[in-house]
Amino acid sequence: MENKEQTVEEEILINFEKKIENGDSIEPKDKMPDGYRRHLIRQISQHAHSEVIGMQPESNWITRAPTLRAKQILLAKIQDEGGHGLYLYGAAETLGISRSELIEQLHTGKAKYSNIFNYPVLTWADIGAIGWLVDGAAIVNQVSLQRTSYGPYSRAMVRICKEESFHQRQGYEIMAKMMAGTKEQQEMAQDAMNRWWWPSLMMFGPHDSSSPHSGNAFKWKIKRHSNDELRHKFIDKTVQQAQVIGLKIPDKDLKWNEKNGHYEHGAINWYEFHKVIAGNGPCNKQRMEHHIKVHNEGKWVREAAEAHRLKKERQN
Amino acid sequence: MTEQSLYNYCLRMGDNALILSYRLSEWCSNGPMLEEDLALTNFALDMIGRAQAILKYASELQGGVKTEDDLAYRRSEREYYNNLITELPNGDFAQTIVRQLFISAFEFYFFTELQKSNNATLLAIAVKTLKEVKYHLMHATDWVIRLGDGTTESHKRMQDAINYLWMFTGELFEMDLIDTTLIEKGIGVDLMLLQPKWHRHIQQVMYDATLQLPEEGFMQTGSRKGIHTEYLGHILSEMQYLQRTYPDAIW
Repeated sequence: MENKEQTVEEEILINFEKKIENGDSIEPKDKMPDGYRRHLIRQISQHAHSEVIGMQPESNWITRAPTLRAKQILLAKIQDEGGHGLYLYGAAETLGISRSELIEQLHTGKAKYSNIFNYPVLTWADIGAIGWLVDGAAIVNQVSLQRTSYGPYSRAMVRICKEESFHQRQGYEIMAKMMAGTKEQQEMAQDAMNRWWWPSLMMFGPHDSSSPHSGNAFKWKIKRHSNDELRHKFIDKTVQQAQVIGLKIPDKDLKWNEKNGHYEHGAINWYEFHKVIAGNGPCNKQRMEHHIKVHNEGKWVREAAEAHRLKKERQN
Repeated sequence: MTEQSLYNYCLRMGDNALILSYRLSEWCSNGPMLEEDLALTNFALDMIGRAQAILKYASELQGGVKTEDDLAYRRSEREYYNNLITELPNGDFAQTIVRQLFISAFEFYFFTELQKSNNATLLAIAVKTLKEVKYHLMHATDWVIRLGDGTTESHKRMQDAINYLWMFTGELFEMDLIDTTLIEKGIGVDLMLLQPKWHRHIQQVMYDATLQLPEEGFMQTGSRKGIHTEYLGHILSEMQYLQRTYPDAIW
């Protein structure tokens, strides 16, 4: 019996790996190894939760946005993030898990969200820094994921990338305006840059030499570029953008490497990275408590909607 | 006279959109489900667009000395003319939805009439706004019915919200010299004519939702004269904080 089961498993794996090798996309109804499914649920749900948790720090500034136009743009941007959360929950659901299970995993700490949202958004310039640096880093990663092997995830990424490039531009525009403004605005912008630069670099994850999930992710073409490759791509484009508007990169060891055509960055504080991941960042507790509180407060609404739906069903 | 009345009329409309937008945007990352979080902030987005268009027109009427941002960010409590109902705190989802029903139904009839205005700018704003308001009204109506006729808890919350908000609805239909001046010129809307239509509409939704409107009673008033609830001051101090703290900055 055991042997027969193993054969079925092996056959699934062989067919699956053949498809991956041919560069075919894997679709929800295709047979796939459990490890692949688990990896994707973990990655896609983390991505979805990041979009949703990321709404909290940004919404913190909607009511204080300094002009009508800035308020409109910020509202539209946060809406996009929520929409991305919805597509991504949808993509995760195609793997056989429900949204309520995904939310439960978030609340119990089994599922994670991007560490970057555990930092506080203190001034209006932080809204610029988030759009420019955080969304800028996310785009580099997401562009690479447009070619990921799982069809629904890849298609979600194509849609998301279109909107993220608008987000990055709005963030950069805020920074550019502030750098062209009063001395106080310039200081505010540089301060935001100083606080958000390093956490943005950490968004790409540990160095390739110590990245725990990369092995199968590469073999199964979930991941197409390494953490360090993507980090370099981000630094190269961002350093130039910073120079154009007069912002300094807070890294005294940053230098251009003629040989490989990339910037070399100084040492990343991995102690801080691991500390925040372990739950000890400035806002971990606040973000999660908020999500849980809102979810619980909305329970009566979801129950009433369901009760009403059932009543209508019985009437028809 | 007409010019000044028109300016004030625009401030009312612009302030209503701006302040309700502020309240709805507070739902961002606080909704009972992601879909509703998005719906409410989407309405906020519609309204901020409307506020911008109307305040811009108001600024033009005064020769453009003050921009639409100056009007939004540099006026004080007593210079705001939004209806009191727009500035009330969101309360629970029931209170937000009932407020939306009352306001969207009013706006539906109001902007339908304003489409007949002989002022080309107001007419164009009315046409665009009506498309959005129809959707807001449909959304609010669906939810009022769903929650009114949902569970015992949701029914009670909805009835409480209606009982509380009702006294703020009379103000929607108040008219003064500004209105009569503009009605005479074929620019403004006769609110007295809207009230029975609005009332019938709300009655029908209440019936479908198994909810009750309170007996006619005391109605709050004040916004036409720039007299508000205590809540508005807090909204403005938050909303205007950057503009007031850094008066020379350009954002």
